[in-house]
Amino acid sequence: MKHTISVLLLNKPGVLSRVTGLFSGRGFNIESLSVAQTLEAEVSCLTLVTSGEDSIIEQITKQLHKLIDVIKVTDMNEIEHVEREMVLIRVKAEAHTRAEVLRVIDIFRGKVVDVSPKSYAVEVTGSTSKVQAVIDILRPIGIQEIVRTGTIAMVRAKKY
Amino acid sequence: MKMKGSQALIKCLKEQGVKVIFGFPGGVLLDIYDELFRHEDILHVLVRHEQAAVHAADAYARVTGDVGVALVTSGPGATNTVTGIASAYCDSIPIVILTGQVPTKLIGNDAFQEVDIVGITRPCTKHNYLVKNIEDLIPTIREAFHIARTGRPGPVLVDLPKDVVAAMLNYPDPKVVKMRTYRPTYEPHPGQIEKACQAILKAKKPVIYAGGGVIASNSNLELTELAKKLSIPVTMTLMGLGGFPGTDPLSLGMLGMHGTYFANMAVAECDLLIAIGSRFDDRVTGRIDAFASNAKIIHIDIDPSSISKNVHVEIPIVADCKHALTSINAWFDRASEFNRDAEVHKHIPWLAQIAEWRALHPLGYVYDENIIKPQFVVQKLHELTEGNAIISTEVGQNQMWAAQFYHFNLPRAFLTSGGLGVMGYGLPAAIGAQIAAPGRTVIDIAGDGSIQMNIQELATARQYKCPVKIAILNNGYLGMVRQWQELFYHKQYSHTVLDVGPDFVALARAYGAVGLRATKPSEVEPVIKEALATDNTVIMDFVIAREEGVYPMVPAGNSTTEMLLA
Ligand SMILES: Cc1ncc(C[n+]2csc(CCOP(=O)(O)OP(=O)(O)O)c2C)c(N)n1
Ligand SMILES: [Mg+2]
Repeated sequence: MKHTISVLLLNKPGVLSRVTGLFSGRGFNIESLSVAQTLEAEVSCLTLVTSGEDSIIEQITKQLHKLIDVIKVTDMNEIEHVEREMVLIRVKAEAHTRAEVLRVIDIFRGKVVDVSPKSYAVEVTGSTSKVQAVIDILRPIGIQEIVRTGTIAMVRAKKY
Repeated sequence: MKMKGSQALIKCLKEQGVKVIFGFPGGVLLDIYDELFRHEDILHVLVRHEQAAVHAADAYARVTGDVGVALVTSGPGATNTVTGIASAYCDSIPIVILTGQVPTKLIGNDAFQEVDIVGITRPCTKHNYLVKNIEDLIPTIREAFHIARTGRPGPVLVDLPKDVVAAMLNYPDPKVVKMRTYRPTYEPHPGQIEKACQAILKAKKPVIYAGGGVIASNSNLELTELAKKLSIPVTMTLMGLGGFPGTDPLSLGMLGMHGTYFANMAVAECDLLIAIGSRFDDRVTGRIDAFASNAKIIHIDIDPSSISKNVHVEIPIVADCKHALTSINAWFDRASEFNRDAEVHKHIPWLAQIAEWRALHPLGYVYDENIIKPQFVVQKLHELTEGNAIISTEVGQNQMWAAQFYHFNLPRAFLTSGGLGVMGYGLPAAIGAQIAAPGRTVIDIAGDGSIQMNIQELATARQYKCPVKIAILNNGYLGMVRQWQELFYHKQYSHTVLDVGPDFVALARAYGAVGLRATKPSEVEPVIKEALATDNTVIMDFVIAREEGVYPMVPAGNSTTEMLLA
């Protein structure tokens, strides 16, 4: 089963290779990974998506926690959270398809970020499945290139 | 007052309690060695190979309980330490390895003798550092020692560029290391202690399975108290030997691949397995689904990632073994439902069953009066040292015979590369141990193959007047591999025959040590006595039965009850 794991870690040289080395060395897989600074300059947040049986996920979180530079590990699957990823798609947009592309992008609340006589580059954010859906719909029109970010996730605030 | 980085480094090592450094110099270390020359209160032991520096530091740490220190140069000096570091990592031994590095402005330039040792050792250290600024030097060294010695101990490497140790700094005042991210759990959760004790009270057939964590946490007395209080038999891993007295009637000896028949049977049949500072290694468990398959499992370990890694655990206790055992013992002292006599009585049938297994297949061998049996040599070593020696081993059959037949009663007396299984560990380890405990008898139980992997350390032993005794169980084979070929590869001894070996007696003499040889059983005792009476490094070359095997043996992948007994 897929798990989204969020890791707060000290922003030190080599810290990312400690994480990726752990995954390759122990044969855990990483489906996506994204990392950037938090509000505190010396702390980064790394979100990774992995999959495996519960016992594997337990080992992954424990091994991550064991890294000296790691502050906190959260298995997002265990809590209410929101997930987003973003995709940039360069799709063919010639006279007869330009309107269709715009309609699709509108439905997915995406926007055009680059225009040329023969193509649009569009940006869509959303859950992994939404991003996948927009790719699937635009594919018959003619996708030239895509670039996807990894998933990022945030715990939902308490409602009461 | 400003001082040079190298001076501050030595000052900081002293602040950390360092008395001995095992090292080997090189270009980028010149500032440090220049400084070291002035300090008579730190003994620098000049090894003859950097791997040996790390093994010696590892053994020093095992014997004293302090952090061992190795100092090596950049490039090849650093890469030579990797085997030693990996071994210390597998066995959770606290050491700090200081490596020289090329000047910071050359890092990344493929400079002469530059390697990315921090990158290379990332997977085999508990943590490692490259010190890029002089202000970070002292805080980093303090943190390195703190990490090495706390929690689950392990090796920490600090890479020191030449320009950093040559720069000037104000020595920062000593202070307690406080880290934001690293806070090992020492105290057990009281609820878990309660659950564990209730489970122990319910058990009819409990077994304690003790590992290296008992030694690391100095909890042998607490373990002994628990076992005796409740009359629970104890089996130990290779790393746990000495954690409970090996000659005590409750001791089942070692378990696992070359464990005793009765230890493996007891674990297979027990209804409660109390794992203490052990990690369910494959050499212990054999086929995992058949391991203690009827038992509820309590697992005490300071490293949460060890718990439920290989085997599902019903009652995990994340804590230092000493703290956990103290809490458990205190619980029984308080508990009204605990009645010692009743408890001891309840375990009589279980202990009788184990005694039956023990009688059926005791640990043994067939004595021969014409040819020396290796087990006989180890027994004689035990007898003539009254079980009080510090024993290091190489790897292979020699290691297993040492583990099986030198019944360790004391902790920190058995030094072996358990997790990594490094041939060549024993001699440098014996030197490290002898430096740590000058008054003790230290014996390396060796194989004729392994001893040659760090034989150059005879010079170190001689230079520092370490009267270590090396007992070579000379079978002319890479014996353990040969044994597997005998059993599982149709006796095709592919490249395990050591047709040409040195004359070990002459070799000892060449180094100014003493060489003795025994070829008949009747010569074993006189040779050992002479060696023990000699105030010099001694090699004892025991020419043993060539194809003697280590038994019992659980073939890899089998259940531990499926043992070959001879
Ligand atoms: C550095 C290293 N290389 C290879 C091995 C694999 N190995 C394990 S035991 C062994 C044989 C050791 O021979 P020897 O030292 O003569 O000991 P014996 O088994 O004969 O007692 C070998 C080659 C190892 N453990 N370590
Ligand atoms: Mg041999």
